[in-house]
Amino acid sequence: MPETRATAYDSKIEGNVIFTRFDAALNWVRKNSLWPMPMGLACCAIELMAAAASRFDIARFGAEVMRFSPRQCDVMIVAGTVTYKMALAVKRIYEQMPEPKWVIAMGACASTGGMYRSYAVLQGIDQLLPVDVYISGCPPRPEALLAGLMKLQEKISWERSFRNQKPELAEKLEEALS
Amino acid sequence: MTGQELLDSLGKAFGSKVQDPTEFRGEMTCVIAASDLREIAKFCRDELSLDYLIDITSIDNFGEEPRFEIVYHLYSMAYAAHVRLRLKVPEEAGAVDTVSDIWPTADWHEREIYDMMGLKFNGHPDLRRILMWDGYPFFPLRKDFPLEGLPSEMPDVAFTKVTPLEGGPFVTVPSTATSKDREPRARPPEL
Repeated sequence: MPETRATAYDSKIEGNVIFTRFDAALNWVRKNSLWPMPMGLACCAIELMAAAASRFDIARFGAEVMRFSPRQCDVMIVAGTVTYKMALAVKRIYEQMPEPKWVIAMGACASTGGMYRSYAVLQGIDQLLPVDVYISGCPPRPEALLAGLMKLQEKISWERSFRNQKPELAEKLEEALS
Repeated sequence: MTGQELLDSLGKAFGSKVQDPTEFRGEMTCVIAASDLREIAKFCRDELSLDYLIDITSIDNFGEEPRFEIVYHLYSMAYAAHVRLRLKVPEEAGAVDTVSDIWPTADWHEREIYDMMGLKFNGHPDLRRILMWDGYPFFPLRKDFPLEGLPSEMPDVAFTKVTPLEGGPFVTVPSTATSKDREPRARPPEL
């Protein structure tokens, strides 16, 4: 164990310093600025728009910056029926998003195919993408989307971001500290 | 002119080419041969002022001969009257002449019939699939196509899998059981 060193009290900076885990700080930054990729494919997209508008105001959770370029997005909100014709396009857009990235399957269709048990509809986007949060509803109310977003924020806040992103650096640090 | 008069003048002009003219609840229908389609369609548009092609539909009478049927729903803006033309298409023919130069709206209707039913249209300017992707190997609205679909694969474009239809298509059994029992949805483990 490294020895804890006592530092002199500095009244100039003491009030402005907090101690926390690196992951906690990183996750706090990430979860409060989730830029969504609005993958609006059906009527769920209308509710997604409602969630972004003034009445429900997704900006309260830091997710108001809908980006139509996947390269600037953190979370893909798959809102609607994913047909087989669209499926690989959705996957391709997901692959263009930079890490770290998350996926919300919004509504019954994106989660399971919903009422479309048909030759033309992919039975859940989780067959192609790793989904973090599923939201039930057909379509879900904007509140449900906000609840899903809060669940995702909760999930992000417990992620081991540093280790996931820089595993070799994390190992080195742990070695040095042990 | 009323719909009945339109049908009568069609019969007068073409004689035995217009078969089985029927009136059912104010709707006029007649059966024509696929070879006479363009001639009759031009007459309908120019002489009878049936200037609006509302829709073209196709029917698969699987197990009957001839197998397919195409129905043209016509409307006259001037007389506010409907006339319906039906024609039979045997499976081995598999094609009829296009009417997309007579009514331009037929372009996409014919593409949809080609996509869903696999019937071709001679002389169509751009006969591609319209709903499914080019290269999809099946025609989904044919009666011998299973409702749950068939697996297909077109690398980098699209793929399809068989949809689980446990308990039938979109079945919700009314009862007080849990939603899992009311709407069974088994997912094969390999998915």
